[in-house]
Amino acid sequence: MQFIPNSPLKNTMLKELEYHDINDLFSDIPQKIRVKNLHLPQGRSQQEVEEHMRLLAQQNKSFCEMPSFLGGGMKPHYIPAVVKSVISRSEFYTAYTPYQPETSQGFLQAIFEYQSLIAELAGMDVSNASLYDGATAVGEAALMCTRINKRKTFVIPSNISWEKKSILRNYTKGAGIRIKEVTYDKKTGTIDLESLKNTIDTDTAGFYLENPNFFGVFEDRVDEIHSILQKNQSMFVVGIDPLSLGICKSPGEYGADIVIGEGKNLGNSLDFGGSTLGIFACKNAFLRQIPGRIIGMTKDQQGKQAFCMTFQTREQHIRREKATSNICTNEGLCMLAAATYLSWLGSKGLHELGMINFKRGQDLEKKIIALPGFTKMFSGVHFNEFVIRCPDAKKTHNHLLRQGLQGGLLLQQWYPALMNCMLFGITELHSEESIERLIAHLKEAY
Amino acid sequence: MYRSAVWDEPLLKELEEIKKAHYTPQSVLPDSLQRKTPLNIPDLDETQVMRHFFHLSQMNYGIESGIYPLGSCTMKYNPKICEEISHWEQFILLHPYQDESTTQGTLRMMHELEQMLCEITGMDHFTLQPAAGAQGEFTGLLLTRAYHESNKDFNRDEIILPDTSHGTNPASAAMAGYKVIEIPSTKDGTIDVGILEKVLSEKTACFMLTNPNTLGIFESEIDDIARLVHKAGALLYYDGANMNAIMGKARPGDMGFDIVHLNLHKTFSTPHGGGGPGSGPVGVKEKLKRFLPVPRIMKKDDSYYFDYDYPDSIGKIKAAYGNISVILKAYIYILLMGGNGLKEASEIAVLNANYMKKKLVDSKLFELPYKMLRKHEFVISCERLFSNKGIRALDIGKRLLDYGLHPPTVYFPLIVKEALMIEPTESESKKTLDFYIDTLLKIAQEDPTIIKSAPYNTVVRRIDEIGAVKNPILTWKTLEKIGKS
Repeated sequence: MQFIPNSPLKNTMLKELEYHDINDLFSDIPQKIRVKNLHLPQGRSQQEVEEHMRLLAQQNKSFCEMPSFLGGGMKPHYIPAVVKSVISRSEFYTAYTPYQPETSQGFLQAIFEYQSLIAELAGMDVSNASLYDGATAVGEAALMCTRINKRKTFVIPSNISWEKKSILRNYTKGAGIRIKEVTYDKKTGTIDLESLKNTIDTDTAGFYLENPNFFGVFEDRVDEIHSILQKNQSMFVVGIDPLSLGICKSPGEYGADIVIGEGKNLGNSLDFGGSTLGIFACKNAFLRQIPGRIIGMTKDQQGKQAFCMTFQTREQHIRREKATSNICTNEGLCMLAAATYLSWLGSKGLHELGMINFKRGQDLEKKIIALPGFTKMFSGVHFNEFVIRCPDAKKTHNHLLRQGLQGGLLLQQWYPALMNCMLFGITELHSEESIERLIAHLKEAY
Repeated sequence: MYRSAVWDEPLLKELEEIKKAHYTPQSVLPDSLQRKTPLNIPDLDETQVMRHFFHLSQMNYGIESGIYPLGSCTMKYNPKICEEISHWEQFILLHPYQDESTTQGTLRMMHELEQMLCEITGMDHFTLQPAAGAQGEFTGLLLTRAYHESNKDFNRDEIILPDTSHGTNPASAAMAGYKVIEIPSTKDGTIDVGILEKVLSEKTACFMLTNPNTLGIFESEIDDIARLVHKAGALLYYDGANMNAIMGKARPGDMGFDIVHLNLHKTFSTPHGGGGPGSGPVGVKEKLKRFLPVPRIMKKDDSYYFDYDYPDSIGKIKAAYGNISVILKAYIYILLMGGNGLKEASEIAVLNANYMKKKLVDSKLFELPYKMLRKHEFVISCERLFSNKGIRALDIGKRLLDYGLHPPTVYFPLIVKEALMIEPTESESKKTLDFYIDTLLKIAQEDPTIIKSAPYNTVVRRIDEIGAVKNPILTWKTLEKIGKS
């Protein structure tokens, strides 16, 4: 049997153990619950499996075969070969969590670099070594706020993705946290400050602001939002798109206490929504309440620079039910991709990439709203995603699909107020040709 | 003689920047949005970046470096073919929200994997959404709450678990809002059914169990345990971290478990990635189906689709549908192994563990507390070495590093003093097992002063972990501040 070198030695080894049959090793399993075999197909050769996988692959249409203009946070970005090369080093990808620091210095230093890069981008003091994804990070942030100020209400904008709302409810239910929503300004697409003022009070543990928000719009009144929260001594949690931070000011510059976000856009593949990376950074004051792993720099017994897991008494393997979170395995390799990606880009690359994404977002919007029947939904300044009302979103979607294109995200299923609206997204990866095709086919859909 | 590669690798921040001179940020955003503090991320050339991370990789131990017998972690070989296929453009370049008609291959893969996991575990339905084992546990406990609440049973606020349980079990229970009741194990290292019976009540929501447990012992009284738990109206939860012991031999579903989580990054050979991404699918019996996370992947005629129409569902637990590339690798692994191969994997994993255990126990240098027969892992104690020579489990672990071997899990489970928890998996050859055993025995007889200062052949010597907490340096920024002051 492949991958089992001792298969041919089974009987020799059994003999050495003074057993006759392999089943002797399973004699402690009551007869009643034993099974003889699994009703699965027999094992196949690598070549046969590869052929089968080719058949499956043919039933998928990747971004290369079918350009997609979907918004909603996850978008395809160019991944430099150096990122793939680094995460394909098997010393990295086949390693376990770095519990033995002396033999994991490479990964530990890489995490330290990642923490530094994220703290720098977010304008925060510290970062953890990653959470599962940006959506669960909202849940963890809400829990952390209530641990810090012992309040039991957490406030979110009504326009965050329905997935995040659902995950947040699941993460906070056990702790008995109430979730309240603030509405958005129907014109600009940004937070309605009146609604915010009316909702935040001295029972509010924290408020989660997404910037750019789910509609792709930048929240420009962050200083006013910060002061409302400050007045009530509520925590300020900000969700970011890390790629916007090359041009946009960092949450640290406008008073955020905790910064979270989906980091998969930093060098990780679309992966059908997997390979996610939960960014989690905060101010120093809250260090001991952070969920998940943190790496620190220290020295070995001879005074040489070294890295290790630190503040472990927050974690489940030490503190069990009193841990700050249950998270153990996080998103190590996605984090490594992000660290490599950010160091490849540098400050200059991040700025340029932010500019390109911003400009392409504006250009595409202009082209679409120039078409008859397509209108811009929100006047706020947006990054690389934006909401468009179509004459008939479903019809548009189906027409584009027939032409080998995936249009924007249909919002009406989850947000009835946004009937016939599509959330478009664009990045540096979309070819001019695919943009021209999109515009041409949008036009001819009616 | 083993020697780790040692590079005096500077931080990225300390590498020489090369491009900065040509760079003036432009402002395109309204002033209120414009970044004011310039980003302080080094501008480097690709050669510098590649060499930096290459050096770091050489200072890290992976499963291809050698045996990695961490107990309860199932560090088995990660077949290259799984890795390669998972990078194919048609799998990796899919958007989670693109039209279902354009992702039929992946949907089929997910649907088939769910069916296979049902067969392997004896459960009725699976969700692939949870990102890791701990999130699988958390999902399972959300399902538990939904189930009891649907029965108008609102007073069940306790989770019972044994003192041998993984740390994530009580942490997940607490996060799901439950009180945790830990029960002591018997002198055999198994569940004390008498105590369990006393602790079970109308307040019990769920009993969480790993079987075989973290000592590697199969809970033979599982039938009684399941009966008592169900009699009390509670659910029985299976922590699948140790599933590699029993594939094709016994199934949690047949043992009476209501909820199961698996760790695809353990049993099904997907790489651990230095701490993720993982995948922790959850399987349930029919009675819990309607609470599973959405979307469910359904098949109608020959096509697959996402079904969101489950009004009693707990909703979502993770963005999109799970860590798909991990899920894909596990699917490929199961196809390669087949039912017969998975069974063989468990048999040899158990054989390897018992082989190592016997050799080590026969040496009389280590003790084996509790029952003799173990499954895929075992826990030996260095208590005698400690009292005779002052050598601790930690010291032995560190000394193993000098021989190019990865240490076992140490000091877990908590009920064994000076514990070494060893799980060789089916991936290791007899020769490797023998070398590991011989090295452990050699170390046990070495001069304690040598062992207590080990390791010597690694990148760094023993690390000052207390110093890391006393003077936290967690980013470049802190380091620069300290430098300045």
